[in-house]
Amino acid sequence: MHELGIVFYIIRDVKQAAQEHGVEKVNAVVMNIGEVSTVVPEYLTDCWRWAADKEDLLRGAALKVNLLPAVSYCEDCGKEYPTVTHGRTCPFCGSGHTYLKTGNEVEIKEIEV
Amino acid sequence: MTDPIKVIEIKKSVFADNDQDARLLRGQLKEKGVYLLNLMSSPGSGKTTTLIRTIGLLKDRLRIAVMEADIDSDVDAVIIREATGIESIQLHTGGMCHLDAEMTRQGLDNVGMENLDLVILENVGNLVCPAEFDTGAVCNAMILSVPEGDDKPLKYPLMFSVCDVVVINKTDVLPYFDFNLEKCREYIRMRNPKATVIPICAKTGEGVDVFASWLEGQVKDWKQQ
Repeated sequence: MHELGIVFYIIRDVKQAAQEHGVEKVNAVVMNIGEVSTVVPEYLTDCWRWAADKEDLLRGAALKVNLLPAVSYCEDCGKEYPTVTHGRTCPFCGSGHTYLKTGNEVEIKEIEV
Repeated sequence: MTDPIKVIEIKKSVFADNDQDARLLRGQLKEKGVYLLNLMSSPGSGKTTTLIRTIGLLKDRLRIAVMEADIDSDVDAVIIREATGIESIQLHTGGMCHLDAEMTRQGLDNVGMENLDLVILENVGNLVCPAEFDTGAVCNAMILSVPEGDDKPLKYPLMFSVCDVVVINKTDVLPYFDFNLEKCREYIRMRNPKATVIPICAKTGEGVDVFASWLEGQVKDWKQQ
């Protein structure tokens, strides 16, 4: 729902990294996006196209998204399970004492220059 | 010949800078003894009415300012100023669905932190995005109103897990809605066992004194800690 705001953050970070590495043109930015991060990859790439093309450094640069699966851990039985299918309740023992191990990432993995 | 593609590894969360800005801002607030409350909710849950009532109870004892964040218009800032007489400014998010720490800092620079005890940030009405961004506030609070339904903690788990206090507003219409207060408390506890739940009716004023004294206690603790 806030993909445009996130795109502005990405642009800020990529500009900074480009400056640090003396890069004048970026070809692609690779993101790691968790399955339950609330970021919708399609919206993110749409917002990216609009905003990135306004920057000399990023004009035409692709935004590639690696979708990372969401995995939860059950503190009561020690097992892991896919979060999207089962939510907060452990499918093995029915406990609600679970937490998200991975799947919440919104991370810039790398840039291709 | 084209240059070969070079990959520069970054491995950085896009929220890292905001989290850092938020920590710095909280440090400044601590130094100056100013308590910043980030108030979130859906549109129409009664944030502004609740604030007017609460400020009415506290304004003789605390120096208060309000920052209203909206995508557009300044209706809320004007209403607060006219109803309470305290300083109230409007922040525009420029189309964005939330405030971040940098926007919050700019707002605080505008109201000035020197002669204040409490600043209330009324965030954009939305249960999704504002929960993701640390504004630098000392405490996150939210208002859930009865017509929205008691199942909201299940549907918006992140919002409820980041809030230290949940105010349940519009209790006067409880008889007309299938809203189970006990069930709602239970759902809130599932998301955040430490959350304080305060039922109020901003329209009649019922329960607002409980919220106001909770807030006053928080401000005093923050200054003394």
